[in-house]
Amino acid sequence: MIAAEQVTFARGHRPILADVSLSFHPGELSVLVGPNGAGKSTLLRLLAGLLPPDRGTVLLEGEPLDRLARRDRARRIGWLAQGAQAAWGMTVREIVALGRLPHGDGSAAAIDRALGRLGLASLAGRRIDRLSGGEAKRAMIARVLAGEPRVLLLDEPTANLDPAAAFAVMRLLREVAAEGRAVVVVLHDLALAARFADRIVLLSEGRLVADGAATSVLCDSTAGRVFGVRFGAGHAVLPA
Amino acid sequence: MTRALGLAAAVLALLSLATGAAGFGLLDPVVLWEVRAPRTALAVLVGSGLAVSGAVLQGLLRNRLADPGLLGVTGGASLGAVLAYYWGLSAALPIALPAGGLAGALAAAASVLAVAARAGTGSALILAGIGVAAIASSLVAMALSLAPSPFALAEITIWLLGSLEDRSWRDVWLATPAVAAGLALLLPLGERLDALALGEETAASLGVSLGATVARAAFGTALAVGGGAAVAGGVGFVGLIVPNLLRAAIGERPGRLLVPCAFGGAALLLAADLAVRLAPLRQELRLGVLTALIGAPVLLVVALREARAA
Repeated sequence: MIAAEQVTFARGHRPILADVSLSFHPGELSVLVGPNGAGKSTLLRLLAGLLPPDRGTVLLEGEPLDRLARRDRARRIGWLAQGAQAAWGMTVREIVALGRLPHGDGSAAAIDRALGRLGLASLAGRRIDRLSGGEAKRAMIARVLAGEPRVLLLDEPTANLDPAAAFAVMRLLREVAAEGRAVVVVLHDLALAARFADRIVLLSEGRLVADGAATSVLCDSTAGRVFGVRFGAGHAVLPA
Repeated sequence: MTRALGLAAAVLALLSLATGAAGFGLLDPVVLWEVRAPRTALAVLVGSGLAVSGAVLQGLLRNRLADPGLLGVTGGASLGAVLAYYWGLSAALPIALPAGGLAGALAAAASVLAVAARAGTGSALILAGIGVAAIASSLVAMALSLAPSPFALAEITIWLLGSLEDRSWRDVWLATPAVAAGLALLLPLGERLDALALGEETAASLGVSLGATVARAAFGTALAVGGGAAVAGGVGFVGLIVPNLLRAAIGERPGRLLVPCAFGGAALLLAADLAVRLAPLRQELRLGVLTALIGAPVLLVVALREARAA
């Protein structure tokens, strides 16, 4: 559904991604992992069309992303920034409603659905800057869901969340994927990745290192080597 | 709230028509039509242009301290008007003064955009604006220090303080198209400003073209503020105060502030212009002095509140 083909990207002379080819499919919850600076967030931005690749192309349902109209792209791809924050004390509902902007319909039904799925119905009228970090994060995720995009690209959606809330968000993302959407998530928590991902993509220094099921990627010889850790029972992460 | 502000502006406009040196009342058609009506119309135009521009810039830059003055537009208008004085154009042709002001405002906005458009971000806009404002103010200072006569110096200085005294319909006809075109560019930006509350990249992911939004905001501000500054001189702080006062009353979503700010800005400037006429002073207080006297403390309060929230 969304594919990067031999994508290369550099900032000045510093290479960020080198010749990465990947495709993500509907119904699949994929998790991008890798050490800081591996290029995970940059890859999400390229897939979202927020950065143009230096070489290579990104295809959305077979069409080059840069040929799509802005709004059309925005309707089909939802992107959540790492550490997303609102500049103003807008209400939760106002934030979530922004997800409908590319559709231009302000659909109350879609907004209510998104609020409900993240358990925010009772907080809809509250100012986002008066909420806890976890509640605000959920509002940001609900904003992406409200757009009902076919592709969801989420950069660390579980940061700031306690374990139970993180599980709830990952379970929800699995449900969203099961509706026939492609969901791509950047996570730092490898145990969480192992528990929920249909597929784990491991990046290191801008290159694709491994791509497959949790059992094949999160083992001492692949992810263990890249992160400098080893894995215990149940994908527990241990010092090397 | 919008209705209440509109009503307040209408009542203040009526009071403005009824108040003046010729006494209180609506009876003398000449005074009403030739003196008070243009003055009232200009207060509405200048006030709404400034307040809407302030609300747009604050939304664009995600900063409640942003003000049209920061974009260099007011500075450019001052410089244009001062040059018209300086070269004696305004003595030969009265319309040269406001026309110079408007030309200066547009030139300032064009230079700001030429620099900021490459980066296409809000922070580039503000940096370029501060640069252009500094150039304009140093050139104004230069013109003042080289003023041909003390009379010219006094006249320029007083013009720079801002006023709506003795304005005619000619000024209204000059300012109206600019301010109206500016408002027409700025008022529909609401949705895009809402999206920008989540940051420039998130707004882009929602389909907002950042470069086009920055350009439209800058050009709209140049027209809305420049048109006003060209005929009223340097009236500051309205663009800063009105959005901040209204935010407390109607919520912080940037797009929701724009229309109320148009009425709120008109109401504030009508009230301030009434106050300068009614103040028991030997000479009429300059409007720009009064708005600065009100605005600066508001700025301090906002800054204090920000510091406490941080």
